Amino acid sequence: MSARNVVIAAVLAMTAVALAGCGERPQVVRYKQGHYQGKPDTLPYQGAPFNGSKQQWDDAIRTRQQNQNEYKRMG
Amino acid sequence: MARMKFLCDAERCIECNACVTACKQEHEIPWGVNRRRVVTLNDGVPGERSISVACMHCSDAPCEAVCPVDCIYHTDEGVVLHDKDLCIGCGYCFYACPFGAPQFPQAGAFGVRGKMDKCTFCAGGPEPDGSQAEYQKYGRNRLAEGKLPVCAEMCSTKALMGGDGEVVADIYRQRVTSRGKGTEVWGWATAYGLPGAQRGQPGAPAQQPAPAGATKS
Repeated sequence: MSARNVVIAAVLAMTAVALAGCGERPQVVRYKQGHYQGKPDTLPYQGAPFNGSKQQWDDAIRTRQQNQNEYKRMG
Repeated sequence: MARMKFLCDAERCIECNACVTACKQEHEIPWGVNRRRVVTLNDGVPGERSISVACMHCSDAPCEAVCPVDCIYHTDEGVVLHDKDLCIGCGYCFYACPFGAPQFPQAGAFGVRGKMDKCTFCAGGPEPDGSQAEYQKYGRNRLAEGKLPVCAEMCSTKALMGGDGEVVADIYRQRVTSRGKGTEVWGWATAYGLPGAQRGQPGAPAQQPAPAGATKS
């Protein structure tokens, strides 16, 4: 290999190294949400005493929630 | 879809720790584990504030993001729960949680740090609702009984509220608009005063004299 080829190869290598710093790669860790691996859970109204009635469960929770509002509870 | 949340009214919390006690009693929490605790700022100084803190059931929960075994999940009601059969007790969730909610029993199958335990919003866990297995691992499932968390329901001053975030926010908004806001409002008269009543006016509770020996800082 002639001296000229060596110089050209060196220049090309240095150019590649220098340009590598100009790359715009994301500098942050890419967030990846995990997926739950455990046992499946049931809905709170599936069993007794609501037996699958979401409406009844919603009504019970709504009543309990408003019990915390004494402006409404006590007039 | 409901987003179950806790909200603690700092104007009303009197640091009685009844929520902590009720939680421990309801779920038979072992010694050393506090799913809920009361934090007081500027203790003993006029204007002190106390709030009751537990798992806040974040919509974008950091504990769920960092769990290496992915044992934490959201229910349809927005409650953050976890599967203790899968938990390895690594403690990453404790470091990630801004509220210090994850707790670890001091005696467990993993040396000094057992499997994670935290507030379940009284919603149990991934076991059959109301079963003995669910009670032993996660405590009582009040949500499946149509009830709200015991800490919020038994709060004597109704400082701690729990339930659908929008409903709880509406209740709190009504309180704030009734009693006013700002640094000048503090104390019993503010928290429980009638709407529109001001201190010193008829209908408003009288101001209590400062206790003997009390100094103003």
